[in-house]
Amino acid sequence: MADYKSTLFLEMIKDFAENEVKPLAQQTDEEERFPIETVEKMAKLGLMGIIIPKQYGGAGGNYPMYISAVEELSKVCGTTGVILSAHTSLCAAPILEYGTEEQRVKYLPDLASGKKIGAFGLTEPNAGTDASNQQTVAVEMEDHYLLNGSKIFITNAGYASTYIIIAVTGKGPKGPEMSAFIVESAFEGFSVGKKELKMGIRGSSTCELIFENVKVPKENLLGKRGDGFKIAMKTLDGGRIGIAAQALGIAEGALDATIAYVKSRKQFGRSIAQFQNTQFILADLATKVAAAKCLVEVATNAKQNKLPTVSVNAAQAKLFAAETAMDVTTKCVQLHGGYGYTREYPVERMMRDAKITEIYEGTSEVQRMVISGTLLKK
Amino acid sequence: MKIIVCIKQVPNTTEIKIDPVTNTLKRDGVPSIINPDDKTAVEAAIQLKEKHGATVTVITMGPPQAEKALREALAMGADEAFLITDRVFAGSDTLATSTIIAAAIKKLGADVVFCGRQAIDGDTAQVGPQIAEHLGVPQITYAAAIDYDAAREVLTVKRQFEDRYQTLEVSGQCLITILSTLDKPRYMNVWDIVDQDEKEVGLITYKDIEENLNLADIGLKGSPTKVKSTATKQFDKTIETVELDPETAAKTIVDALKARHLI
Repeated sequence: MADYKSTLFLEMIKDFAENEVKPLAQQTDEEERFPIETVEKMAKLGLMGIIIPKQYGGAGGNYPMYISAVEELSKVCGTTGVILSAHTSLCAAPILEYGTEEQRVKYLPDLASGKKIGAFGLTEPNAGTDASNQQTVAVEMEDHYLLNGSKIFITNAGYASTYIIIAVTGKGPKGPEMSAFIVESAFEGFSVGKKELKMGIRGSSTCELIFENVKVPKENLLGKRGDGFKIAMKTLDGGRIGIAAQALGIAEGALDATIAYVKSRKQFGRSIAQFQNTQFILADLATKVAAAKCLVEVATNAKQNKLPTVSVNAAQAKLFAAETAMDVTTKCVQLHGGYGYTREYPVERMMRDAKITEIYEGTSEVQRMVISGTLLKK
Repeated sequence: MKIIVCIKQVPNTTEIKIDPVTNTLKRDGVPSIINPDDKTAVEAAIQLKEKHGATVTVITMGPPQAEKALREALAMGADEAFLITDRVFAGSDTLATSTIIAAAIKKLGADVVFCGRQAIDGDTAQVGPQIAEHLGVPQITYAAAIDYDAAREVLTVKRQFEDRYQTLEVSGQCLITILSTLDKPRYMNVWDIVDQDEKEVGLITYKDIEENLNLADIGLKGSPTKVKSTATKQFDKTIETVELDPETAAKTIVDALKARHLI
């Protein structure tokens, strides 16, 4: 069998990012506007369903293709990168992995075609890193679960129609019993609350979700009752590779912009690229970016091949790529001098976008907990 | 309707390197793309397919690596692809090339043949019209728009001239050469990118089409055109600097442009 898909896919996504996404990146950020037209274009090209199998309307592509899409989009626009990552890793992937055949047939085709956008709700005001401290409850009734509570910081909220929601369904042996549900925005009692005003990824929609006596049909329970926490954690393993790719893309984008800038910017009669200070900083940043790319590839490969190391690989990739993105973008702003601090150049936006990658889908501290936990368990 | 689209893989650069000995293009190490006019021809064919139903077959003549250009066309939505390749085809000029491609088209069979107007590496605009002559079918060049009337089975083609358009109708077999201004070629899509890996690109070698070919008409032997010499054009960049007030400056520029017949 021929193997051209990776090459052709990379050519297409680079072309798309450069010509369709980059021109809107600054405006999306300035106006804090969800780039719905870009999502529609992505949907037409099959980008919302890269990893969804063909029988559910997806393209049947592989995980490396999806990850390279997040990376390439994030090189020019961190907002667009996370929209795709949350949709794919946090909504389509768990339905694919834990859903029944009926759930897959019902929900995946619309997610694959981009007719519907996906999202995921775990975080609550008092359940951030301490994710098991859930207050949202789903009480089992005769033919449905009655969902009450709220979620915060939900990526794609408001634009998404399909949500994976984690809620407490009872008491377990070691604390609350949690379950995962597929919740549609059209369910009565579902509403989107306050929109967060953020430092970065400002075009991405981040809102509160409110559930007031939402009747969730029993067939919308994802996985087994009581498997919610496990599903959430496994889902985040995948999500973290997406965020690592986003961080990597932001770092690469900032580095590309800075390489172009230092060649054209002249001080003391020569381009600042000719100063050894600039050269050494660029060399260090490029090396870190290359290392981050290796870790993202290791994690992507683990996910694609369902290796048992995926959890720690994903944590290491996200930890390193996120901290690299923050370091690289900060130094890129510095290399731009005063201009780097203005919104005329993209690096200040990239620096603001980079920060969130150290926080969401598990802070860097959580990644260190995951990694050390694996080390000490042996 | 069966549409065959002829495409060419060309180097993605305006700085084409030329082999000083053979005077032919050196393609090694230069990234390749589908020739822009040809890519629009693929787009035009896929649009007809979407609107009226058709099969779109993409063909190219070239070395084995030209398969990638065909795969890109499949990833845009073409149905099948064939690579015309053989050592005996090497060194063909436009006449020999069109002879070979026409032989392949005869073998494959087509209702309509689309070509790009011209390739950015050779700029001859000869191969399309020559194929039409070999096939003995009418040709319409410089197409800026194409539509199909399914009831009457007639293609309407808008030909672009420097200062006007001509609208023609054609029924039956024909060949149309297409301008890149007809439409922006679509992106490859993920469904077709994945699917093309499961498709075979057909190979057409000399043996497959020898009944329509004469060895004397192909390759270097069959190529009456010999490139005598090729050189990169040198531009004389003399800069004249004068300091004038805005009004005189504007007049000076206009006069200079008029003197060179540029305006």
